[in-house]
Amino acid sequence: MFHIYCPYCEEHREEEEFHPKGQAHIARPEEPEACSDEEWGDYLFFRDNPRGIHHELWVHAVGCRKFFNITRHTVSYAILETYKMGELPRFTAEFPEGSLSEKVTTEAEAMSRQEGVKA
Amino acid sequence: MNQINRLREGGRIDRARTLSFTFNGKRYQGHAGDTLASALLANGVNIVNRSFKYSRPRGIVAAGAEEPNALIQLGGTESAQVPNVRATQQALFDGLTAQSTNGWPNVQRDLMSLVGKLGGRFMPPGFYYKTFMAPASMWMTYEKVIRKGAGLGRSPMERDPDSYDHLNQHCDLLVIGAGPVGLAAALTAARSGTRVILCDEQEEMGGSLLDSRELLDNQPAVQWVERVLDELAQCDNVTLLPRTTANGYHDHHFVTLHERRTEHLGETAPQGAGYRPTRSRMHRVRAGQVLLATGAHERPLVYGSNDVPGNLVAGAVSTYVRRYGVVPGNKLILSTTNDYAYRAALDWLDVGREVVAIVDARQAPDGELVAQARARGIRIIEGAAVLEAKGGNRVSGARIAAIDAEAFKVTGQAETLACDTIASSGGYSPVIHLASHTGARPSWNEESLGFVPSLVRGVHAAGSARGVHDLAEGLADGAAMAEQALEALDRPAGPIALPQVDSLREGAACAFYQVPHEKPTLRGPKQFVDQQNDVTAAAIELATREGFESIEHVKRYTAMGFGTDQGKLGNINGMAIAARCLGKTIPEVGTTVFRPNYTPVTFGAIVGRHCRDLFDPERYTALHQWHVEHGAEFEDVGQWKRPWYFPKTVNGKSETLDEAVARECLAVRQGVGVLDASTLGKIDIQGPDAREFLGRVYTNKWAKLAPGRVRYGLMCKDDGMLMDDGTTSCLGENHFLMTTTTGGAAGVMEWLELWHQTEWPELQVYFTSVTDHWATITVTGPEARKLLSEITDIDLDKEQFKFMDWREGQVADVPARVFRISFTGELAYEINVQANYALHVWTTLFEHGDKYDLTPYGTETMHVLRAEKGLIIAGQDTDGSVTPEDLGMQWAVGYDKPFPWIGKRALSRSDTRRKDRKQLVGLKPKDSAVVLEEGAQIVFDPDHAIPMPMVGHVTSSYYSAILGHGIALAVVKGGHHRIGETVYLPMVDGQVHQAEIVSNVFYDPKGERQHV
Ligand SMILES: [Zn+2]
Repeated sequence: MFHIYCPYCEEHREEEEFHPKGQAHIARPEEPEACSDEEWGDYLFFRDNPRGIHHELWVHAVGCRKFFNITRHTVSYAILETYKMGELPRFTAEFPEGSLSEKVTTEAEAMSRQEGVKA
Repeated sequence: MNQINRLREGGRIDRARTLSFTFNGKRYQGHAGDTLASALLANGVNIVNRSFKYSRPRGIVAAGAEEPNALIQLGGTESAQVPNVRATQQALFDGLTAQSTNGWPNVQRDLMSLVGKLGGRFMPPGFYYKTFMAPASMWMTYEKVIRKGAGLGRSPMERDPDSYDHLNQHCDLLVIGAGPVGLAAALTAARSGTRVILCDEQEEMGGSLLDSRELLDNQPAVQWVERVLDELAQCDNVTLLPRTTANGYHDHHFVTLHERRTEHLGETAPQGAGYRPTRSRMHRVRAGQVLLATGAHERPLVYGSNDVPGNLVAGAVSTYVRRYGVVPGNKLILSTTNDYAYRAALDWLDVGREVVAIVDARQAPDGELVAQARARGIRIIEGAAVLEAKGGNRVSGARIAAIDAEAFKVTGQAETLACDTIASSGGYSPVIHLASHTGARPSWNEESLGFVPSLVRGVHAAGSARGVHDLAEGLADGAAMAEQALEALDRPAGPIALPQVDSLREGAACAFYQVPHEKPTLRGPKQFVDQQNDVTAAAIELATREGFESIEHVKRYTAMGFGTDQGKLGNINGMAIAARCLGKTIPEVGTTVFRPNYTPVTFGAIVGRHCRDLFDPERYTALHQWHVEHGAEFEDVGQWKRPWYFPKTVNGKSETLDEAVARECLAVRQGVGVLDASTLGKIDIQGPDAREFLGRVYTNKWAKLAPGRVRYGLMCKDDGMLMDDGTTSCLGENHFLMTTTTGGAAGVMEWLELWHQTEWPELQVYFTSVTDHWATITVTGPEARKLLSEITDIDLDKEQFKFMDWREGQVADVPARVFRISFTGELAYEINVQANYALHVWTTLFEHGDKYDLTPYGTETMHVLRAEKGLIIAGQDTDGSVTPEDLGMQWAVGYDKPFPWIGKRALSRSDTRRKDRKQLVGLKPKDSAVVLEEGAQIVFDPDHAIPMPMVGHVTSSYYSAILGHGIALAVVKGGHHRIGETVYLPMVDGQVHQAEIVSNVFYDPKGERQHV
């Protein structure tokens, strides 16, 4: 059972309070009518299944009801960060140790990093 | 009755307290402090079980969780039956009743062994795979034989009288295992002030120190244990959990501990002062850091007939002698690869029994324990091993010969020595099960000859659990690893004073697992690797010959380490044998993986309080009590309890469902009925962009809905498939009330939030669930207006208050919103009042309703009435593959709305444009007495060869009392263009029903009745 830091409540809470909502950063095409069937099908049905870093959308369903994103490692299950809607992840497939251009880490951001990465 | 193997003195049992117990129908006595296993050994009980597959007699092998044979069925009464309890882990209590899990009709003279090892022939290695490839019907036969003969334990047939609970725990450091290493770690952490939980699976804490020969600070080790436990007990920041097994290590340092609270006291929890304690408790621990001080399991050597009762692992001999005051035999032979196991021989000698010989696989062992044994005159046979145990129901001797471990060859002439006990030790396997649960693969350590855990961040292992077996080193390691964990927590601790240990110098152990025999493994006496699953060295060799090269495949092929055993004694030996056969090293054949749970856990402990009435929360409407008092039968809709129907008593007999529903339906069609519709989901939507938002999430138009008006809406996912439906009312220019299906309420709420928060955060709109705040009472039927007008100040004139209008006013003198919407096709008013006024309004309706024969109706009647009108229920008539167009509801789709609303684009995909999609239609059975089965498959041609092409299925079906025949809703391929055609429904019993495709609106097709 995951231990998840809600970036809005600013607390770690048990997974039972959250619902997973699939891959994060799936933007709905601005003009659906302009999409080909294939493009629309990609948006609807196709999702990544990476071994490693994965960005996921979750909701604090029985807490603050806010949607937010989690960067999770699909092998170790370590949660590398959680971040609010509209924000960008610091840990990505390109920058698994954190992006170089990141600003000074705030305390909340440090909190949102889940222990459990393979040492 | 006499305990023939009980020593006069010594051990940690209380000889002043004698306890009686029954095993396999015979009465015995033991003492407080015994386990069932030590008491059985004290009484000279050799055979505790029959083996699973070969039905061989089996005795006790070990003294802890790793015991493979002494699995017992506990319980003297039916309701207290617990299967698969290890006798080595069950504390003795007065009156304990147990029997062997396997062995039919009894363990002493087993039928299965008389019929010639039936199981063995039935179950060669690969049995499971080979059998599942045989016809399924044969499996039933095999299974019966296996279950009857082998017995796998059984569940109680009566209700469990005990209760169980869960406790959520948080701590900075969880220390698992309270042997010397865990105690040193816990003490270090305790003094730092961090919150510490120390758990240990045994009846008392202390681990190996409880039977240790070593002195700590020149005193018996148990005195140090007592001092440390005293100090820990004084610390407010420390929780001590004895009798508590850490069974599962889950994500993010979530560890489940299973505490046996009363299982040492009786077979059910004893009555306390005014309460009965829970029998066991699941601690759900979320730990900051975890320290594994789980110790090691001694590996037995794999030699011929090593399963004859009287073969034990060496350490267990010491445990029984020193901790329980039981010496399980008279004449001992020890076969070993290491110095440490020599303790067993010295302990044996100390209590005055004979050590026939120590057989050491090494040439010229020279450690201090070896020297001690030599000095005491024990014969030590070097470079040799026990090839084979002799005896049937008990060891009678051992064949010993010089061997070449490396070449896997017997090099000398075998001699047979008489003995009744063979202790063996092939080294020590760190208990890495919990570390393995985290997914981290262990690695082979060539120095300690065992797998050591690799650890994820926040997990630490110390002492034997990571191959540090020496006591002094282990104590220091425990303290050091605790300091490491405390540093990670930023709570550095001061060093503790470790006790002085006079360590004995040990010689190097040798790597030796399977003992060679003069005959090849496949033809020699059976050499057991996993006694619980009856897996032999030959079976593993056979598996490798059949091409199974990975240890994971070998395990599945042979069942090694399956079930409750989880490979505690056998896994490493099995891997070593596979490696030998394949010409590889142990790490080359793979690593070893263990799964939760470490030991079996009862279902009671898992479910805790979440059973019976508390299995799932139940939701009641504000009118629930009235329904109960008026004899309603209830139906579960999600978590809600909804009245299903209200049977009346007619001529002393209660109406059936069909009778009650027919009566309720006619009452609504011909008079007036009332329904508690409070469970409908209600979402209050406000904000300047509320209207725009509705236009995006519903398929139809909302731009022009005026305050005071109501509209039915369809909600799709972006794939164009219907997900929910309901009405939404305009309460004010920026204020709406949305209703959802009962089951869909929470999902719709989350759906709205999802789109608002992730796609359109710029829209100013707010959602509040008000399902529980408003009760909904539906008054419907031709007499509804007359009845309601008696208790409301709202003008019900049909021109003033039209169909799909809503009005605010007083009903039964309380504030109400009344919605003129209809799910029955009749004149209908849905009255919303504050939930705490609901009963008042409901009973006022009945006070006035007598003269109209006001009839309460339930969900079943509601379903029939709506089906007569062809109205769908999302989730019953739809299943996530049905578009609004498939439902023939193009009238509720705003194709020309400016914003690309959710689901719109998908409606022009090639698949959603297909002409042969399954479409909603009505079905009228040709035989008016027939009510079709919901879910029944539909075919066009009943004479088509099997398999027939299935073209749809029945989604809803009822008997319509007003029409006098069965009606059904169904989805049929291209159904909208097949009105009037006949379809066929072949049933399981061979009958084939015929039905005509008709409009889905069966009653009042022009829809006049709801407008009156
Ligand atoms: Zn939150």
